[in-house]
Amino acid sequence: MGEDAESPKINHTFLRDYVTEADVISTVEFNQTGDLLATGDKGGRVVIFQRETEPKGESEEVGETGDSGEYNVYSTFQSHEPDFDYLKSLEIEEKINKIRWLPQQNAAHFLLSTNDKTIKLWKVSERDKRPEGYNLKDEEGRLKDISTITSLQVPVLKPTDLMVEVRPRRVFSNGHTYHVNSISVNSDGETYLSADDLRINMWHLGITDRSFNIVDIKPANMEDLTEVITAAEFHPHHCHLFVYSSSKGTLRLCDMRASALCDKHTKLFEEPEDPGSRSFFSEIISSVSDVKFSHSGRYLLTRDYLTAKVWDLNMDKGPVETYQVHEYLRSKLCSLYENDCIFDKFECVWNSSDSVIMTGAYNSFFRMFDRETGRGVTLEAWRESSKPRAVLRTRRVYTGGKRRRGDVGVDSLDFTKKILHMAWHPSENIIAIAATNNLYIFQDRVNPDHTQ
Amino acid sequence: MINTMECAVDAQSLISISLMKIHNSRTQRGGIKLHKNLLVSYVLRNARQVYIKEKYAEIYRMQQYEEVMTVCNEIQQLNPLELDAEDADDEEQARAACCGEEVSLCDSACHRDAAHARTASILPGCSPLEDDSKEPEPSFYRSCCMEGSPVSHCDQFSVNSSAHCNKTTVLDLDTHVVTTVENGYLHQDCCCDALQCGQGAQSPAKKRKVEFACCVSDVEEVSDFTAARKRAKREDCSYTHPDYTDTSNISNLISIFGSGFSGLLSRQTDLEQICSKQVLASLGAWTRAIVAF
Repeated sequence: MGEDAESPKINHTFLRDYVTEADVISTVEFNQTGDLLATGDKGGRVVIFQRETEPKGESEEVGETGDSGEYNVYSTFQSHEPDFDYLKSLEIEEKINKIRWLPQQNAAHFLLSTNDKTIKLWKVSERDKRPEGYNLKDEEGRLKDISTITSLQVPVLKPTDLMVEVRPRRVFSNGHTYHVNSISVNSDGETYLSADDLRINMWHLGITDRSFNIVDIKPANMEDLTEVITAAEFHPHHCHLFVYSSSKGTLRLCDMRASALCDKHTKLFEEPEDPGSRSFFSEIISSVSDVKFSHSGRYLLTRDYLTAKVWDLNMDKGPVETYQVHEYLRSKLCSLYENDCIFDKFECVWNSSDSVIMTGAYNSFFRMFDRETGRGVTLEAWRESSKPRAVLRTRRVYTGGKRRRGDVGVDSLDFTKKILHMAWHPSENIIAIAATNNLYIFQDRVNPDHTQ
Repeated sequence: MINTMECAVDAQSLISISLMKIHNSRTQRGGIKLHKNLLVSYVLRNARQVYIKEKYAEIYRMQQYEEVMTVCNEIQQLNPLELDAEDADDEEQARAACCGEEVSLCDSACHRDAAHARTASILPGCSPLEDDSKEPEPSFYRSCCMEGSPVSHCDQFSVNSSAHCNKTTVLDLDTHVVTTVENGYLHQDCCCDALQCGQGAQSPAKKRKVEFACCVSDVEEVSDFTAARKRAKREDCSYTHPDYTDTSNISNLISIFGSGFSGLLSRQTDLEQICSKQVLASLGAWTRAIVAF
């Protein structure tokens, strides 16, 4: 093609950026056992990692179980492609917004992946045997000449190299007018919800041409719009309860037994705004970017721009705990607004015992908060400073007082390196951190299990 | 009450930045992000509130200043040695003329050649607004009773707090349609030739500094907040301003917001001309709101 001759003139940095953009990880999720870890990226691809079961090396660390903790690529597939809505003249991005694993019921694994409009159910299965000895086909699959067949044989299953097959089993499309931001599998194992900016739909995993709308906050007149839905999740144990967060910083717990349409919440969780701290950007920084039920089902964890909050389901007056993630950014909101960083949506996660919460920040930093002590620690996910098997050292952002060696000044923070997506192993202290197009997996060697 | 001490950036620049974001979002891949645009509209609203508040504060300060100056002038007039006593007399006559005139600035558009303002003694440095060819007398300046500056500044903000006026008059410079907003409802009054008005181009940012040096038509008009916004300018105001399109967009948008969000309803067709004609035939009712942006 003619373009090839012109390629030396192309700005290569543009090409590099273009390639990298599609590799940016947009979601991370462990399955229920923690053996599989799925990541989705902006290019619509899903990469599944599997935990190695053979112990590595001769000496095993104290407290280590049979699993080495290393994750290797298990399968890669293209989940979504760029699409175009011809009716509305809108391009639909292929970026994977969320992945959720289904509870395992047989040898195969199932996961749901979604982009802005379409949710797909994928079946991930292994094949390590293949039949040999067909009567009518030869080894290459070509039809045999019937005249050459003299006897009948029964095909035998022979072991073969492991092959992982991923096939789309369901495609749930045309359910959403606005951009899908969340999916959540119900504990009943049959249904799941999908939420966009204004509506939440409930689907049956086996039915693709129908879904039930359970929440609709679209006003009759769009000019009266004041808030949108930012995240939604089913309760981990009660299949009739789900929660959704809004851009106004409120949480609504809904009970599907109360009515078919859950526009009226069962409980509203809201913290009254401090009038003294009002600014131009009050609405933006109070918008909840992520909400997660604790494993126990008793608490909710929410993340807004500057804080992470723990709410007790039994108390709707306000959060029971508030953690400052990066309060030093409060004075920088103007410039963060200009460079769009203020719109970043950080995720938050619980550890397996609900005693520690974790969330991301800038400069490749992420923070963990111990709920019992209330103390927070800052860690870094950066290739230069963490070699494999090296111990992560804590970092600090200098905000005044005595400056220690290694402290990073607020103005030195790199706002392009943001930790938005992360996941915590369901039963062990293994975390997966997505830093742009890199995935970091850290394991706690001291306390690998949650029994602390 | 918004704490404006938080950052040095002023409401004006926030408004510009927000509008730019909204404009850019329409060409972004993946379609318009409802959540982000909603948040940007909140910033826009907050910035507008602060901007209006600051405007009112300036006007109030200016009123106080003028009252003081009026008293000073009266004292001066009693002094026979005052050189510009003659001017003072003229000013007095002018003021009387002003008083006699119908100067309800909030009335419908196409007010022109309304009360003349006296300024000379106060502000020798003030340059006339309009073209020299149109200016009748050097010592008189057009007040902002007249509508329709040749460039944007129909940046009228909501004046609903004024005891006298419950209307805001806006000239849309793209369609040359003059609109009066009354208690949140828009009426399109008439089209007028924008070029007839003599006011020079200026940026709203400069307005703030200008207000203090401005002339008033009449002391009794001080309660008309709209009047103050179109006062005579300093000589450093230029007709052609690089921020022309920005302020035009800002003024149009702010006039709409001034009449409440429902003001967007009747402005739909006009705004479709003003704003980019990018295809947004989607998402039902939201199209109207997006187009309005």
